[in-house]
Amino acid sequence: MGRFIVTRGFQSLITLWLLVTIIFVAVRITGDPADMMAESRGDEAYKAQLRKNWGLDQPLHIQYAKYIFNLLQGDMGHSFEKSLAVRDIYLARLPNSIKLGIAGFLISIVLGIPLGMLSAMKVNTQWDNLGKIFALLGLSVPNFFVGLLLIILFAVGLGWLPAIGKGDSFFDWQHLIMPAFSLGWYFSGSMVRITRSSMLDVLGTEYIKLARLKGLPEWVVMAKHALKNAMIPVLTLAGLNLVIMVNVAIAIEVVFNWPGVGQLLFDGMSNRDFPMVQGIVLMSGVMIVILNFGIDILYAYVDPRIRLAK
Amino acid sequence: MAILAPEASSRPTVSLVGVYTWRFLREAPKIPLTILTVLVVLAVFAPWIAPHDKLKPVKPSAEDCIAWFGIEKCPYIDDRPPFWGKEVRTVSNPLGGIQRIKVKEGRFNVVLGTDYLGRDILSRLIYGARISLMVALTGTLAAGVIGTALGILAGYLGGWWDHIIMRITDAWLTLPTLVFAILLSSIAGPSIKNVIIILAVVFWSRYARLVRGEVLALRERDFIKLSEVTGVSTFRIIFRHLLPNVMNTVMVFFTLIVGVSIIIEANLSFLGVGVPPPEPAWGLMISQERESLMEGKWWLAVFPGICIALLVLSANMFGDWLRVKLDPQLKNR
Repeated sequence: MGRFIVTRGFQSLITLWLLVTIIFVAVRITGDPADMMAESRGDEAYKAQLRKNWGLDQPLHIQYAKYIFNLLQGDMGHSFEKSLAVRDIYLARLPNSIKLGIAGFLISIVLGIPLGMLSAMKVNTQWDNLGKIFALLGLSVPNFFVGLLLIILFAVGLGWLPAIGKGDSFFDWQHLIMPAFSLGWYFSGSMVRITRSSMLDVLGTEYIKLARLKGLPEWVVMAKHALKNAMIPVLTLAGLNLVIMVNVAIAIEVVFNWPGVGQLLFDGMSNRDFPMVQGIVLMSGVMIVILNFGIDILYAYVDPRIRLAK
Repeated sequence: MAILAPEASSRPTVSLVGVYTWRFLREAPKIPLTILTVLVVLAVFAPWIAPHDKLKPVKPSAEDCIAWFGIEKCPYIDDRPPFWGKEVRTVSNPLGGIQRIKVKEGRFNVVLGTDYLGRDILSRLIYGARISLMVALTGTLAAGVIGTALGILAGYLGGWWDHIIMRITDAWLTLPTLVFAILLSSIAGPSIKNVIIILAVVFWSRYARLVRGEVLALRERDFIKLSEVTGVSTFRIIFRHLLPNVMNTVMVFFTLIVGVSIIIEANLSFLGVGVPPPEPAWGLMISQERESLMEGKWWLAVFPGICIALLVLSANMFGDWLRVKLDPQLKNR
């Protein structure tokens, strides 16, 4: 087990290093950050000044070394717009995004898992079709559009819920429910699909047949034997989704004016704040690498076949 | 097996292709196929089908001008509801300065209404189909070519090729697609060409991972071993034996990724870093009308949203059907 953790940890470190490098290279291949920062005041002297201020005039290998060195100390640079450390601004906004992410995660689970199970238990019936249509709709309607529809319906039309903002208290569900639903909606589609296929796999196994042969009532077979075994891939995806949800709610946070990381990214884009954008993107990658590492360890802990394999 | 296969010239020709195409289309699910066909036709023949220009405001008729401004020739009427709609509100007369209550009724010549600059929404939606389809198809295709090439190289050549390519692919896959796309597009700046490049840059890794897996399995099959033993060149093995065998998987994956690409493009345009403003991209149309939503003009944002949803939905349904058709093991999945 110890050896497994060390190898996986080493691999994750390499992935992290590659990730950081990819961002560094991709940014410099797709365009000049100085152009991005200086668009409206785009004369050459100003750009040169910008490049100098931000160290973009140095040779690439020196820029790269500095970039890595700063990252190792947890320094993601200073925001161009707000002249504060990117890290501090980011950490101040992160709790809001996590709150939204968790709410969306719960909604995706509440919608996705029961419908996926129903689909699998009543395979090739109307219920199954309902599940399929739901999953397709979830994956096909852009989440910001779902958000706008909710605003049109519940905020503008019926006036039941506040359209934008996050509310004053932490437990303000009225502000939370619409963005959380638009976020969870998209991911519930994939939850339906994976729950269904995982349940179908389990329902075809011998031990389910045995449980039925024993004469157990159907709900015991489902709840105790099938569901528990089918949950492993479902929960893995759910965990991964949670981290992704914290990071990709950009358009939703913009629509609902939710002060999270996504809105910060959008503001960074609008204000041409290059260090900010880069820092936020980097953090979302780092979170996912760490999560993947955690999942691998957990899997190895649960299933010895994984840690003993090469 | 492969060396016994007949050469291309001895195969029956075109007429059979027609028969197969027809059979293929007849089995395809009707609804998504119809939607896709309609959208493709609209996109291709947009200039002939669209009733108005995509960038110029619709000229208001003389009666409308008199009703609104009291003169016969006026610049344009800002926005108008769809043909069944009616909008009542007070406006200040720019010439006289007195507030008057105005009733705006929908007109049949602008079926879905006009946007805040008086441009016909239906025409813009039709031109928008062009942008969405072109961007998503070319972007996904480019990603597919790069990804398939790298996947085959990694899977077939193995060793260090495999290690390096797959490590990079894995690192690439860790970034959430949308976040990565936003990073790139905020630096590259908004333009149609850049969106296409970004889609290619973002999605190739998914193809590479998939194709490599396929090739690893194919490499162990007898017909590849046999070709190797008989001294067929690596180049020929890749193009004649590996590529045709991974094409099925790649095609299915292509249709599924097109859906995701359209959503990513809509997101980018919505956030202002995708297709730049005068162009009628659907995502952009939604974002430009966000203010008017609060005034209750729901139609401005809803129509483009429905278009995106329909296109992605039918692409996904088509992809699902293709997946099951090409892989009978998945029949019940």
